[in-house]
Amino acid sequence: MNTIYVDNAATTKMSKAAIDAMMPYLDGCYGNPSSLHTVGQLAQEALVKAREDVAKAIGAEPREIFFTSGGSEADNQALLTGAERGALKGKKHIISQKTEHHAILHSLRKLEKQGFEIELLDVDGEGSITAEQVKNAIREDTALVTIMAANNEIGTLMPIKEIAAVCRERGVLFHTDAVQAVGHIPLDVREIGCDMLSISAHKFHGPKGVGALYVNRKLLPSTLIEGGAQERGKRAGTENIAGICSMSAALTEAVAKIGENTPKLTAMRDRLIEGLSEIPHSILNGARANRLPGNVNMCFEGIEGESLLLLLDAKGICASSGSACTSGSLDPSHVLLAIGRPHEVAHGSLRLTLSEENTPEQVEFIIKSVKEVVEYLRGMSPVWHDLQEGKRNYVI
Amino acid sequence: MLYSEKVMDHFTNPRNVGTMNNADGIGEVGNAKCGDIMKIFLKIDKLDGVDTVTDVKFCTFGCGSAIASSSMATEMIKGKPLSSALELTNKAVVEALDGLPAHKLHCSVLAEEAVKAAVKDYYDKNGIEYDQSKFAMKHDCEHCGE
Repeated sequence: MNTIYVDNAATTKMSKAAIDAMMPYLDGCYGNPSSLHTVGQLAQEALVKAREDVAKAIGAEPREIFFTSGGSEADNQALLTGAERGALKGKKHIISQKTEHHAILHSLRKLEKQGFEIELLDVDGEGSITAEQVKNAIREDTALVTIMAANNEIGTLMPIKEIAAVCRERGVLFHTDAVQAVGHIPLDVREIGCDMLSISAHKFHGPKGVGALYVNRKLLPSTLIEGGAQERGKRAGTENIAGICSMSAALTEAVAKIGENTPKLTAMRDRLIEGLSEIPHSILNGARANRLPGNVNMCFEGIEGESLLLLLDAKGICASSGSACTSGSLDPSHVLLAIGRPHEVAHGSLRLTLSEENTPEQVEFIIKSVKEVVEYLRGMSPVWHDLQEGKRNYVI
Repeated sequence: MLYSEKVMDHFTNPRNVGTMNNADGIGEVGNAKCGDIMKIFLKIDKLDGVDTVTDVKFCTFGCGSAIASSSMATEMIKGKPLSSALELTNKAVVEALDGLPAHKLHCSVLAEEAVKAAVKDYYDKNGIEYDQSKFAMKHDCEHCGE
């Protein structure tokens, strides 16, 4: 059975360029960049080059790139930076929004316990917010605004450029979690005008366990991990040279291919949405057009997402869902609830996230398979029977 | 893997799926808001003077373990005296499935309760007296009381 991997928002397959870039630093050039000898200095040179390449890919300067262990660490460090800087000036108000990744939401909850006031803006039915909402929420004591560039579940793109402009006007720091966007849509930190931006390598065919935080040169990040002079003293720990070099190769390639991949991904995405929308009582989650090129997220009434995933997996299709059963909590996806899906509908969600390795033939197979599985599960669902018999009202 | 082979077998090839016309007892438990609803249909006949589950069907809205638990529970009571169906515990269902992940144990509780609810329905319809304490519901969550 062929595997059809459509869970690229969870993680991606490493590219050949990323694997090749990693190998020399696992095998031959194993030095510690802090060492003075040749083996160490070769690693140091690689680190310098990787920093330049990552910076270039997002329009930054090398000294604005701080390598981390991934997107979550970058998010944590960014929020700590905003909070600590704010607290020095007596500013303890932080603005975010309800569909952020848990790396943001849980960090905010922690800051709340430490005395910060957290304001989470409501999203509209498509999962977006406006710069106007941010503008209205900013106060004299606002320390930080953090709004993601693209949502990891429903793919909605946020107006980060407009939000950054509003923040700049009011002198408030702006961070964006761009983990799902970097390498997938054109991004330039100067053009956006953000102060901080989070990156995760494994979302663009790089390795897991490595990421970066862009921090505008006018600031220095707070330190999350103490213990050494690495990353200008802002992130201790011997650098993950192999991972960092691999990330820079993956990012350079991903950014170079955006122009070529976008029309291909968009066409497959739109065909999936069209095909799956033929299923009665289904609904697209997120915006129709203003979304990541490879993201499809749908709800199907009367079924539960985990059983849908398991049956698709049996057909070789690897996907994801926002049902409670797959989240490990009692509640379904906070993102689907935030855009107004009731619990019972949110349980029946399916996320398909494409990469350029997927094909139109696979898309047709997915549409056919999802239709079969949804029909089969509805056939054994008492909820669906009640809907059909009029004992329960359709929500979608 | 998240699930045992037994769970996957009962999930992918569920036994006794369907509905039943003129069922003698129907039990439905769970809440769509929580993501699982189980409905069990019993056909009960007197065999040698003993009330016996001669047929059973189920419909389930829920995750893999909810479907597998329903399937296993129906297998365990089919052809058995009603009194022994009433003795079915979630623990026995879990054991028969070679275990369930800890956060999925409530699915087996739902299966036990769906069977009990169906038996209770049969008793109620036929004016048979029973011990209320045998029907105490164990499953609870923040939404189910709504």
